[in-house]
Amino acid sequence: MKKTYLFTQFIFLFILVMTVAFSPASTESTETVVTEHSVSTQNIDSQEKQASLAAFDEMMKVVMHKRCMNCHPSDDFPRQGEDSHLHYFGIERGKDGHGLPAAKCGTCHQTENNDYSGVPGAPHWHLAPRSMGWQGLSKAEVGAAILDKSKNGGRSLEDIIKHMTEDPLVLWVFDPGVNHEGTPREAPPISKEDYIKAVKKWAETGAHLPE
Amino acid sequence: MKISFKLNGKAQTVDVDGKTPLLWVIRDMLHLKGTKFGCGKAACGACTIHVNGDAVRSCSYATKFAEGKEITTIEGLSPSEDQLHPVQQAWIEEIVPQCGYCQPGFMMATAALLNKNPNPTDEDIDKSIINICRCATYYRMRKAIHRAAKLTQASLPATATDQTAEQIENTH
Repeated sequence: MKKTYLFTQFIFLFILVMTVAFSPASTESTETVVTEHSVSTQNIDSQEKQASLAAFDEMMKVVMHKRCMNCHPSDDFPRQGEDSHLHYFGIERGKDGHGLPAAKCGTCHQTENNDYSGVPGAPHWHLAPRSMGWQGLSKAEVGAAILDKSKNGGRSLEDIIKHMTEDPLVLWVFDPGVNHEGTPREAPPISKEDYIKAVKKWAETGAHLPE
Repeated sequence: MKISFKLNGKAQTVDVDGKTPLLWVIRDMLHLKGTKFGCGKAACGACTIHVNGDAVRSCSYATKFAEGKEITTIEGLSPSEDQLHPVQQAWIEEIVPQCGYCQPGFMMATAALLNKNPNPTDEDIDKSIINICRCATYYRMRKAIHRAAKLTQASLPATATDQTAEQIENTH
C-alpha cells in the first residue's frame, strides 16, 4: 500500500514537472522574447544603415561636384571650369599624374589659389590616379571605388576618412578661388563642416553603399 | 615681407608683398627685362622661368614661394654671352623669332624639356611646349628644338649620353 502511494506521488510530481517545463505558455513566452530581441537588433541595424546611406548621399554632394570630378577623369586629360571642358593647352596626366616635362601641373598651379591670374592651387596639385577615374560612374560606383583597396591606393577605411577630411587638396573644393575673369568658382552645395561630419558619420555607421 | 632666393646664381633678397607675382619682381625690382608679360593668366607662357630647374609661369607665381629656391631667367640660361646655351644657339641657327616677344618663354620651356627629355619626338614637343606664339613660328621652333637636342647631345661626355638614354626611357 505504501509502495503504491509513493509511486502515485512520483507519477504526480513527474507529470507536474513535465507540464510546467513543456507547457505551451512557457514555450510561447521564450519565443516571444527571442523574436523581440531579433526585431530590435534588426531595427538598430536598419536604422544604422539608413543613417549611413543618408550620410553617403550628403558627402557625395561634394565628391560628385565638378570641383572634385574635374581632376578625377576616367581618361588622361584633366577637365576645368564650370562646364568641365577639357583642360586648355592639351594638358595630360603624365606618368605620375603631375603632367609632362615642361608642362607639369606645377608649371602653373602652386600650393594656393592665385587671385591675380585666377589659377587655382593647393598642395600637391595633381590628377587622381586612373584607377580613381570617376567620370561616367554612378554615386554607388564611385563609393565602391573609394572603398576598393585595389583602386584607392591600398587605403583602409581609416586612411580614406583621413584623406577625405584632412587632405588640403580635397578640402580646396570649399575655397576654390576665382577664375581668370575674377569670378568666384562654384563651391559644393554643402559646407566643409557638414561634409566632414557626413564622411565621418558614413564611416562610423558601416560605410554602406546604395544597392 | 623679405624673401631671399638665388636669381641666375646670385643671392637676392627683396622686400615685397608675398603675393606679388615673381614676374614683376624680376622685371621691375631686379631689372631683368628678358622675361615678358603676355597674358597674366599663366596661359601664353611668355613669362616662363625656371624654379629649381622646372618651367614655371612667373606671372602666376607668388614671390613668397621663391624663398630659398634657385630661379633662372633667360639672362641666366647660358653661363656667358660668349657661351650660349644649346637652345639659344639652335634658335639663332634656325632663325626662329619673328617679332621675338614670346621667344624667351619658349626657350626657357624648351630648356626645361631637354633637361627631362634630351631627345624629344615631335609629339613630345607638341605636348610639352604649350606656349603661344602669335607670329606662329611653331614650325621653326620645332626644328630648333631638335637642333638644340643634337647640340646638347654633342656637348655631353660619353657617360652622360648613356644616362641620357636612360632618361629618355624613363620619360616615355
